[in-house]
Amino acid sequence: MSKQPGSGFSRRGFLKGVGITSVAGGLISPAGLTSAIAAEGDVKGPGETPITLDVNGQKRKLNVEPRVTLLDALRNRLDLTGPKKVCDRGTCGACTVIVDGKPVYSCSMLAVEAEGREVTTIEGIGTPQRMNEVQRAFVKHDAQQCGFCTPGFVTAATAFVRANPKASIEQVRAGLGGNLCRCGTYAGMILAVVDAAKGGSNA
Amino acid sequence: MKAFEYSAPKSLKDATALLSSSWGETEILAGGTDLVTSLKQGIAAPKRVVSLRNIRELRGVDNSRQGLRIGAMTTLEEIAQNKQIKEAYPAIVTAISSIGSPQIISVGTIGGDLCQRPRCWYFRNGFGLLGRQGETSLVRTGDNRYHAIFGTDGPALFVSPSSLGPPLIALGATITAVGPDGKKRDIPAGQFFQAPKSESERETALKSNEILTAITIPSAGGRSLANATYEVRHRHGLDWPYVTASVAFQRENGVARKPQLVLGHVAPVPWVSAKAAQALEGGKLDEATAKRCGDLAAEGAKPLSGNAYKIQLVKTAVKRAVLAAAA
Repeated sequence: MSKQPGSGFSRRGFLKGVGITSVAGGLISPAGLTSAIAAEGDVKGPGETPITLDVNGQKRKLNVEPRVTLLDALRNRLDLTGPKKVCDRGTCGACTVIVDGKPVYSCSMLAVEAEGREVTTIEGIGTPQRMNEVQRAFVKHDAQQCGFCTPGFVTAATAFVRANPKASIEQVRAGLGGNLCRCGTYAGMILAVVDAAKGGSNA
Repeated sequence: MKAFEYSAPKSLKDATALLSSSWGETEILAGGTDLVTSLKQGIAAPKRVVSLRNIRELRGVDNSRQGLRIGAMTTLEEIAQNKQIKEAYPAIVTAISSIGSPQIISVGTIGGDLCQRPRCWYFRNGFGLLGRQGETSLVRTGDNRYHAIFGTDGPALFVSPSSLGPPLIALGATITAVGPDGKKRDIPAGQFFQAPKSESERETALKSNEILTAITIPSAGGRSLANATYEVRHRHGLDWPYVTASVAFQRENGVARKPQLVLGHVAPVPWVSAKAAQALEGGKLDEATAKRCGDLAAEGAKPLSGNAYKIQLVKTAVKRAVLAAAA
């Protein structure tokens, strides 16, 4: 990758971070809360706060406000645009990433909550030159039409196949239950994932 | 989404200290599958979010003297895959697997399932828990196909969204919460949910600065506890059910003792059908008994303008849940 927009500390993010920190230090309750505030060091935000994400095997440092979702951090800060922003409310699966081995809707996880966890996006699963078993099976079974849901499906299927080798067609159907395809390419995708679950021997 | 402070303390004491004593100022973050969406929708606009992810004692399933203790932050997937739960509590496993999305059960927690906000589209679009515009009930006058058919004399007409509320009530579970003074409070699952009478009330017995810590299912004392959940759904994934029924009873010499029957998605709370459950007591566990139980469970329903179809679904769900538990 030639450039990494948003990674590291941008000047703007750094200045904003400093500003918020000094305000927090000067006031007991920046948010005007009625309850007592515990040790200040434990509370981050509401401005940008530095975090380190472990994405596709790389440690990536960035500054985010606590309200930024993992999906927005990946797409807008780390230039990983494979996970797609479609429904943005955990009902379509296009944003699926793998967190500590489990499929997760990255639109429904805050980026600050992903600290200390291993995140894998479609970019970390395979490349056109080196596809994983699910990607090869998708090509073989022509398991996409418009392709917009495909990264989410491949990511969810990859997590599923690793946890459920030799899965039956019914298990595959349930395993893909968290993703939607508006083109309706389910038949091809289910065949592809059954194939990949067998070890991709025919892929 | 409005900006907020975030904290992920390591102890319950620190977590409760970070919570406000009034609703709306702070929110508790568990798996995030409901809260993060609610933040985007403006349903929740807290000044601070307190994450429970670093509090170890909230995770895991253990056997305690009182029964099976499930930490509130245990994920739905961990619960559905737990050997003991798989063997003893199919009512819970069915309710979890019916959610149908691996991405939701991988991070969604049992505490979050019990505390998630209603799916009522009037609530989600900013018209409050009661779905009113001025004095007009948008639920009564508008599209109410997914709303309540029981308890509809009251002002709350949404349905409780919890998948695990009905089976946990049927199994006689206890919900434990901890407040800012560190005191533990045990709430019978049947008293955990409440129908709000005004917009200032919430859907559970919890206070804004209390944290749900664990759910305990009492041991059946060596008896075999038959139990099952049946869900009537339009789609088998990424959607909510129309009607669910959870049933539990002790089986003695082929007949049911101490039966419990709880319906889901028909009222602002999981709906306990005590009279219908009584039809199972001591009776033969056959199709005729199951059907009678279903018919009784539907009695007293007062559907809204567009959801009378749920009455038949109640009869069917109860009959099938009873037969599944008896099988």
